[in-house]
Amino acid sequence: MEFKTICIRCPAGCPLTVTGEAGKYVVGGNTCKRGESYALSEMLSPERTVTSLAAVEDGSVVPVKSSRPIAKDKVFAVLKELKKFRAKLPVEQGQVLIANVLGTGADIIATDSGKRRAG
Amino acid sequence: MRYDVAVIGGGPAGMAAALAAQKKGASVVLLERDKRLGGILNQCIHNGFGLHYFGEELTGPEYAARFIEKIEKTDVKVLLEAMVLDIEPDLTLTALCPSEGLINIEASAVVLAMGCRERTAGAINLLGSRPAGVYTAGMAQKIINGSGYLVGKKAVILGSGDIGLIMARRLTYEGAEVKLVLELMPYSTGLKRNIAQCLDDFQIPLLYSHTITKIVGKPRLTGLYYAEVDEKLRPKPETEKFIECDTLLLSVGLIPENDLVANLDIQMSPITAGAVVDEYRGTSVAGLFSAGNVLHVHDLVDNVSAEAEIAGAAAADYAAGKLKTDEKIAVTASGGVRYALPQYVYRGEGSVKIYFRVGEAMRNKRLVVTSGSKTVFTKRYFVLSPGEMESITINKSEIEGNIELKLE
Repeated sequence: MEFKTICIRCPAGCPLTVTGEAGKYVVGGNTCKRGESYALSEMLSPERTVTSLAAVEDGSVVPVKSSRPIAKDKVFAVLKELKKFRAKLPVEQGQVLIANVLGTGADIIATDSGKRRAG
Repeated sequence: MRYDVAVIGGGPAGMAAALAAQKKGASVVLLERDKRLGGILNQCIHNGFGLHYFGEELTGPEYAARFIEKIEKTDVKVLLEAMVLDIEPDLTLTALCPSEGLINIEASAVVLAMGCRERTAGAINLLGSRPAGVYTAGMAQKIINGSGYLVGKKAVILGSGDIGLIMARRLTYEGAEVKLVLELMPYSTGLKRNIAQCLDDFQIPLLYSHTITKIVGKPRLTGLYYAEVDEKLRPKPETEKFIECDTLLLSVGLIPENDLVANLDIQMSPITAGAVVDEYRGTSVAGLFSAGNVLHVHDLVDNVSAEAEIAGAAAADYAAGKLKTDEKIAVTASGGVRYALPQYVYRGEGSVKIYFRVGEAMRNKRLVVTSGSKTVFTKRYFVLSPGEMESITINKSEIEGNIELKLE
């Protein structure tokens, strides 16, 4: 099998390829060690921090983020879960809105206060 | 009203400048036209801010809050919904705000921190009808992230700058389909990280050397024609294609918002569209300083904060009659370096940081910095991109004469 990605560890943007099998993967296209670790993490367990909005009971919205990166293939499920949610006022920055969302181990936390956004 | 330092704009630059001036003991007024401090950070709900300045990854509102909380603990006078209408050469400001009415502010020093604005459909001579559904990327960001309204269902984005890329992901997250990103140039000015995580993650195609030839639809955008461009950036008619969409986002450049100083006798740089400044970010008008995106468009807010602290501290020193300036040493750029900033430095002790940006993407280049007849700094760059500002530090004891940055 072959996996392709572009390295984002520095502005050079090396085109990376991973070949071989579990236990003996070979990374190609990288010009430094960071490229090798990036290619393997992107292939084996890609993760993303999710940032989006949560609806608030008064009809406004408050920006949120996942407290830690979550598995890339869970991102849309988490966003869907977020759509069902209505935050109660007051919302403070840093407040946990959904704990351990979908069992990912990450909390959905408010990144702004409802109060600050009002008006 | 009378203050030592007046700061115009309460975004990242203005907040950092106000805090730095206050720390030096100056009385400070901070004027912000919006209802809250934070500027554009408030609508940038994605993360990636603060890695350099705070050593951690924050979202825009979190980055802003760090500064807002500090300001709230000081005696900096914050005027919200305050629009500065005019600056006189003697640094008297005329401003309008609900809490004070029409006011005059006498300041010993003024820091310009008004940020930048987006280029619009008019600015790029976008051909076709004028339907609903055409937004600048930042406007769409404000509508979605600030108010919670989705701007459209099927979008095309023109320009691959960071705001456009970030909005491609935002729209995708909210259930819209981003069909295509078009980039006029053969490269993107956006960060690699954003191309990977905002486009590649969702298989959104990015076409380089392509532009829009015509938009159609009435009253709402229904689609657009696009084509490949030749080396002179002219569309090749034979490559024209049509794509159906109801939304077009424009991410086609930012312009420092310097309208306020248009009537002042101030030296401006045609390259940065901001003021020409010395190492304290002082402009050619005595007591008038400039920092952040109103001075030159930055790619990282961390650099904005650092730059504004220089300007704020210097403004406080100027107000106290303590700012030392003597013979100006010019800093110039050539050989692929598009500009260097500040444009002037002073002799003396310690060191000075010089920022620069290249004109096009390049690899394996050596930066050579000369002062007078002496080479004072060299560095090899594996890769340089117009989208990423670089900086170097020069030892002041080495300054012999005018400083030149050149790529070989």
